[in-house]
Amino acid sequence: MTRDPGYNFAYLDESTKRMIRRAILKGVAIPGHQVPFGAREMPLPYGWGTGGIQVTAAVIGPADVLKVIDQGADDTTNAVSIRAFFRRVAGVATTERTAEATVIQTRHRIPERALTENQILVYQVPMPEPLFRLEARIAETKRMHALADYGLMHVKLYEDIARHGHIATSYNYPVMVNGRYLMSPSPIPAFDNPKMDRMPALQLFGAGREKRIYAVPPYTSVRSLDFEDHPFRPIRAPHACTLCGARDSYLDEVLTDDRGGRIFVCSDTDHCAERQASREAAE
Amino acid sequence: MYVATKGGEQAIGAAHAWLAETRRGDAALPEIAARQIEEQLGLAVDRVMAEGSCHDRGLAALAVKQARGDLIEAAFLLRAYRTTLPRFGASAPLDTGAMHIRRRISATYKDLPGGQVLGPTFDYTHRLLDFRLAAAGLPPEPAPEAEPDPAPTPRVTELLAQDGLMQREEPGEAEPGDLTREPLRFPADRPVRLQALARGDEGFLLGLGYSTQRGYGNAHPFVGEIRVGEVAVEFTPPELGFAIELGDIGVTECQMVNQFKGSRTEPPQFTRGYGLVFGHGERKAMAMALVDRALRAEELGEEATAPAQQPEFVLYHCDNVEATGFVEHLKLPHYVDFQSELENVRTMRAAATKAAAE
Repeated sequence: MTRDPGYNFAYLDESTKRMIRRAILKGVAIPGHQVPFGAREMPLPYGWGTGGIQVTAAVIGPADVLKVIDQGADDTTNAVSIRAFFRRVAGVATTERTAEATVIQTRHRIPERALTENQILVYQVPMPEPLFRLEARIAETKRMHALADYGLMHVKLYEDIARHGHIATSYNYPVMVNGRYLMSPSPIPAFDNPKMDRMPALQLFGAGREKRIYAVPPYTSVRSLDFEDHPFRPIRAPHACTLCGARDSYLDEVLTDDRGGRIFVCSDTDHCAERQASREAAE
Repeated sequence: MYVATKGGEQAIGAAHAWLAETRRGDAALPEIAARQIEEQLGLAVDRVMAEGSCHDRGLAALAVKQARGDLIEAAFLLRAYRTTLPRFGASAPLDTGAMHIRRRISATYKDLPGGQVLGPTFDYTHRLLDFRLAAAGLPPEPAPEAEPDPAPTPRVTELLAQDGLMQREEPGEAEPGDLTREPLRFPADRPVRLQALARGDEGFLLGLGYSTQRGYGNAHPFVGEIRVGEVAVEFTPPELGFAIELGDIGVTECQMVNQFKGSRTEPPQFTRGYGLVFGHGERKAMAMALVDRALRAEELGEEATAPAQQPEFVLYHCDNVEATGFVEHLKLPHYVDFQSELENVRTMRAAATKAAAE
């Protein structure tokens, strides 16, 4: 793969990459803590993954193999676009296979396959501040993090239980990292939260518009907030995948007509294809 | 000897001549035609149509040319023309479900009846300046065409409503209010709010919509659907008693799906934020849908603490022709009032100086 000679490797200049790496190192040193960084204007719009792209650009090397997913799928338009961007400006090899990738940039999902120590998972983050719905002022939430003053979030979850009988948050479900910092897992379904706990892969989070980076080092404790009598419960559609039959993967609902027809399929397209292939091989 | 400044008329005449000359720019370059603006700066034209609230691309293009590309000035020109037109009635509600679709996307379903149609979008372009466009060239290769899908493209919110998951809107028999004929009154009903937002400034609504996503207002929005295309306008002339089609207009519709946790009388379900603008204006339609939903806070029993949830704040300030008028009027002469302020401040200073001396 040849890269566009008009741009530095992976688009950003080397001093910018170094600045981002320093923010990442600080993030790794203080798991779950949001590190402000000098996010650059990128050639993709804010909200499309500019934070994740900058993190990927800072950590990727010529020998890396990149996988990009959006909603769990490699063929979603934005994933296709970001993959093409890195092919163009970094010339790196890309893959759709989770097992083959060394860097995986994701929006809204964690792959179903367990990740390894040799992989980095880069999350695109729209709102890094887990408390923003409860306290919109960043100066104030910064103070709350410093004091580990997370009562507000516990009260919010308690109010959910009082009102609905259960916690009514189904995605972007807040987590405690390393027993210290409250963190937004990005808008992944709560179903994916348990995969973050003690994950062997390094997890990096980039928020471009909000100019924050944070990280979860390998094998770090990540606990979804809950109560003893109301334990955390991940949500998934109670069906089997129409294509591969999986009963344990996260499913997308696909409408097939306007008379109520619908099917459920794995959101992780690589996982689904792998299962279909092994089923065919077994037959 | 001092002579008081006169000759305003002559000065204005000279200024207008200079404006005309500046508008034309370098006379060695070809003059831009309104038709070229209409074709090649189509999104500017659409924005002027939307904020000028007058669906006429030719006139909007002319306004863009006359305004030297100042789109608020252009919307103002179009509004000033629109106000001279007679109003002969209200059309039937647009059936956007029957839209002739150029673009249709849903963020809530991977696939759905009618499919995802990207259409002419910037969304997945990489924002790298294309220097080839700096030089005149041949027209681009024609885009590949697919066979049109004859299947209908039902609205996503309707599919959700069939399952009881989306709150239905109360159909209104009464003719909706019209801000261009009746002043704003509070509480403003939803049709009037939507009219104000549809005419409102894209930038203002964008900022307000954005604020609801950042915690100033309790928004949990999903783009159920955006659709762009042509839709027929029907009107029932009283003398005929049945609807006739007046023609097609281009519109962008955005339906945002928002969580609603239910109340004593209603079960949990999704609620709608609605945006509709003339032409192709996705940013505006989306911002409008966010703000529409935020303005429903009181109706849905939500705490209204953020600016986007305050109807008076939003509706009184979203109109850019009104806003630009009042902000810019500050450059008109104010020296009579200022003279009295001068005297006032001098008196207060004298008193303060005297008090300090004592």
